[in-house]
Amino acid sequence: MEPLLKVRNLKTYFISKNATVKAVDGVDFEVYPGKVLGIVGESGSGKSMTSLSVMRLVPGPQGKIVEGEILLEGKDLLYISEREMRDVRGNRIGMIFQEPMSALNPVLKVGEQIGEVLIRHRKLTKAQAKTQSISLLRSVGFPRAEQIVDEFPHQLSGGMRQRAMIAMAMACEPSLLIADEPTTALDVTIQAQVLDLMRALKDEKGTAILLITHDLGVVAEMADDVVVMYGGQVVESASADEIFDRPTHPYTQALMASIPSIEEEHERLLTIPGTVPSAAHFPQGCRFADRCTLVEDRCREHMPALREVYPGHSVRCTVVNG
Amino acid sequence: MSRVESQLTQQPSETQPLLQVRNIKKYFPITGGVLRRAVGQVKAVDDISFTLKEGETLGLVGESGCGKSTLGRVIMRIYEPTEGTLVIGDHDISHVKGEQLRKLRHNFQMVFQDPYSSLNPRMSVGALVAEPLLVNRRGTRSQIQEEVVSLLATVGLGPEARMRYPHEFSGGQRQRIAIARALALRPKLIVADEAVSALDVSIQAQILNLLSDLRKEFGLSYVFISHNLAVVKHVSDRVAVMYLGRLVELAPKFSLYTNPLHPYTQALLSSAPEPKRHVTRERIVLIGDVPSPAKPPNGCAFHTRCLKVMDVCRSIRPELVEYASGQHVACHLYS
Repeated sequence: MEPLLKVRNLKTYFISKNATVKAVDGVDFEVYPGKVLGIVGESGSGKSMTSLSVMRLVPGPQGKIVEGEILLEGKDLLYISEREMRDVRGNRIGMIFQEPMSALNPVLKVGEQIGEVLIRHRKLTKAQAKTQSISLLRSVGFPRAEQIVDEFPHQLSGGMRQRAMIAMAMACEPSLLIADEPTTALDVTIQAQVLDLMRALKDEKGTAILLITHDLGVVAEMADDVVVMYGGQVVESASADEIFDRPTHPYTQALMASIPSIEEEHERLLTIPGTVPSAAHFPQGCRFADRCTLVEDRCREHMPALREVYPGHSVRCTVVNG
Repeated sequence: MSRVESQLTQQPSETQPLLQVRNIKKYFPITGGVLRRAVGQVKAVDDISFTLKEGETLGLVGESGCGKSTLGRVIMRIYEPTEGTLVIGDHDISHVKGEQLRKLRHNFQMVFQDPYSSLNPRMSVGALVAEPLLVNRRGTRSQIQEEVVSLLATVGLGPEARMRYPHEFSGGQRQRIAIARALALRPKLIVADEAVSALDVSIQAQILNLLSDLRKEFGLSYVFISHNLAVVKHVSDRVAVMYLGRLVELAPKFSLYTNPLHPYTQALLSSAPEPKRHVTRERIVLIGDVPSPAKPPNGCAFHTRCLKVMDVCRSIRPELVEYASGQHVACHLYS
C-alpha cells in the first residue's frame, strides 16, 4: 500500500542571531490510509513542531523548514503556494489540538465554526452548512446536536469541545487527521470516548491518523506504527507490536520502565537521570548519551544513524543489537 | 514480606491516626443578580470522612470537578470547612484562625501541581527554602543556611542551587525545590495535589521515587491527589475514589485495583490506557459528562452515567459502608 503522507529528512530550525535551535532535525516517517502512526516523545522532543511542519504552520519568522520533503499523496507540500496550502488545510488535512478552548473561536457559535469550513472548502450555503454541521455533531455523539450548533464553546464541557473540534476537523472528510495530544487535557472516562470516536473514523472512513502524544498508554491502544522522538530526531521506529514487545533503543526501554502501571507492582520506578538536552546546544554525538546507561566513548563522537535491527524496526543507536 | 503485605497486616491500634476527617463539607455560594446574593451553592465536598495513620499514604482519585483539590485545600486549612471536624494529631484545626493556625501549620504542608507558579520567581532558591525557617524563627542565620543546604541535598540538589532562581531550573527540579520548601519545617503530613502531573514521565518517576524515599526517611504521611490511577496505585496504601464531592469507594490499594466494587471505580480503571499491547480488558465506556456540581442529580450522583442503575439509585443516596474487610463502598448494589 502507498503511504498517504511521506515525510523525508524534515528539518525545522529556529534561527536567531545568537543560536540555531534544531527543533526537528532530519525526521522521516510514513502514514498509511486507515492506519494510526503514533509519534511519542517528551516535552522538547520536537513532536509537536513536526506536526506543525506538516501543516506548514511553523511559527515565523524565526521558525523555518530548512530542508526535507512532505509528500501528501505524492505532492510535496513545501513546493506549493500559501493559497494552495489553504485548500489543503481543513480540507485534505484536518487537525485537532490539545486545548480545544484555545483552538475554538470563543465568539462564534459551534455551528458557525464547523460551517465555516464547509462554506470555504465545499462552497455550501449557510443553511446547507448548518444542516451538515448538525449531522456532523450527531456523528461525534452529541445527543442534542440541534441545540449545540447554536451554543458557544464556553457553554460546552472539555470533552464536548474536543468532540466539536473533531467534528470540525472531519467536516470535509480529510484523508489525514493530525491529532496533537488530543486527550491530554481530558479525564480518563472522556478520553475513552474520544479515542473510540477516532478509532471509528479510521475504520469507517479510512482516515489516516497522525497521533502525537507523550502518553504511551494512548499509543498502545491506538497506534499501528510508532515513531519515538528524542532531541528532534527519530530514535526508534517500528510497528506498535514491535515497540511494545521488544523496545530496543535505551531511551525507549527506559521510558517504558519509568511509567507506573496499573497491572504490575514495582517497589521503585526506573528513572532516567538528568533532563532532555537543550535544542540550542545539542552534543556532537548521540543526543541521549548523557542520560544513557549503555554509553560508550564512540557514542559521544559520532551521531548514530538509524539502522534496521529487526525487519521494519529501526533504532538510532550504535551500541544495542537486535 | 512485601511492603503491601506489611501494610495490610499492621494492627490499626498500633498507630495513632495522624489525620481525622469527620463529615467534612465545603460549600461555595453561587452569587447572582446585581446584589450578588447567594442563589445556590456548589457542594464541592459533601460529607467526607476518613482517617490517615502515621506513615500512611492515602491516594485520592477522581476526575476534574469531583472536589479532590478542594478536599486537599480543606485539609491544609487553606479553606475553612463549612461543616465537620478536622483533627491533626491532637489538635482540632477545623476552625482555628490567624496566629493559632500559623503555629500549627508546620505540621502539614502542601506540594502543588505547577512548580512554575508556586515558587516566587524573584526569590533565589536559597531564599525560597529558607523562608519558612526564617518566618518560624528556626535558628540563627548560619544554622538556617546549613539547614537549607541539607534540605537541598535531601531532594537531590547541590548547594550551588541556592544562588540561582526558579526560572533557571527545569520542571522536575522546580518540583524538587517546592518539596524542599515543604519539608523545611519537618511536617508530619504532606498533601500533594497533582504533584507529578505536569512532568514528563521520566522526570515523574524521579519525583515519585523521591517522595517514597522521603516518606521512609522522615516518617511522612501523604494525601496524594491525582487523576492518574497508575501513579496513585504506585504511591498509595489506601485509595479513595471521589465523584461529585463524595467518596464512592475507599479501600486498601490491593482490593481496590484487583476487585473494584463501585461501578464508577470499575469504569475508571477500565478506561485508563495501559502502555501494553495485546491486553484484552473489557472496556467500560461511560456515556456523557460529569453533571454540574451546582446541580447534582438526586439519589446517587453517579446514576446518570451508571450502567447498573436501578430504580432506588434515582431517589435514595447510598451511604459509604464497609462491604469487605477495609473496603468501603457507597452503592446500592452492595446493600
